[in-house]
Amino acid sequence: MNKPAPSVSASSAGLPNGSGAAAILAAGIGSFMLALLAIAADNSASLKSLLNFYKPSGPLSGVTTSAVIVWLIVWGILDWRWRNRTVALGRINAVALLLLGLSLLLTFPPIADLF
Amino acid sequence: MEITARSLWTLIHGMGFGALYLLACSGVLVELYRRYSPKSECPISPRDERFLKVYLIAMALLAWLTVLTGTYIIYPWYRAVAPVGTVNLSAFPQSLLKSSPDTIGWHSLGMEWKEHVAWLVPISITMAASVFVRYGRDLRSQPQLRGAVLCFTLTSFLAAGIAGFFGAMLVKNAPVEGGRVIHLMHGE
Repeated sequence: MNKPAPSVSASSAGLPNGSGAAAILAAGIGSFMLALLAIAADNSASLKSLLNFYKPSGPLSGVTTSAVIVWLIVWGILDWRWRNRTVALGRINAVALLLLGLSLLLTFPPIADLF
Repeated sequence: MEITARSLWTLIHGMGFGALYLLACSGVLVELYRRYSPKSECPISPRDERFLKVYLIAMALLAWLTVLTGTYIIYPWYRAVAPVGTVNLSAFPQSLLKSSPDTIGWHSLGMEWKEHVAWLVPISITMAASVFVRYGRDLRSQPQLRGAVLCFTLTSFLAAGIAGFFGAMLVKNAPVEGGRVIHLMHGE
């Protein structure tokens, strides 16, 4: 009787890279979310008010807290799905680093002000 | 010699947590680049590996402490709104900077960038620490993972440097002052 092909593949180099890939992509997404929310809050009075979680710090409190929550949720989901798998890390790295690079650029006020 | 409570918090945030993070970051970049390179011939002992795990976790902790004290303790003092008619704006750094065309850039570029870019640091270094804790010396045989950890750590160094630079310049141009006065010692 043929056994079904395992859905989980182990890396030839030891631990599967899925867990690391999940952390890397989630960090890229979380960073990008931070930049995106900062720009969105700057352009929308209602969002700015909505993100005013802690009045003394203003919308910065909501922008950063929301981005951190998104990052952690994405990380949790990706880790749950990829933990025991080996994934195409090259593409994931490229996407994560692109998002991180964009976050750096989008937090720079002269660029953020273009939107 | 005396210092105000707000100055003390600024020191703890900038010199205590922020500057220490920058120092630690340069160390970990060298270590990850040199010792965890697939080409490295230097053996990694369990003790070395454990040390770097603790080191990275401490860095992540430092990064979180830096952004949390900055956002929730110092930033509210910085952005406090001056009552209408206030002439002396020294207790309201943001208003003080915005009151002159010579200094407004320190707020509109410096603080606006610093307050957001600094948050990339804890996200990046927490990721780096978690990957290292999970993979440890396996990173040598996983060059793509190691590469990503290095890139994120390098970016965190850059972001912390930007935040640190503008923090120092903001303190020079419009220091966060006030609160309880703490007497450190009496002079001769």
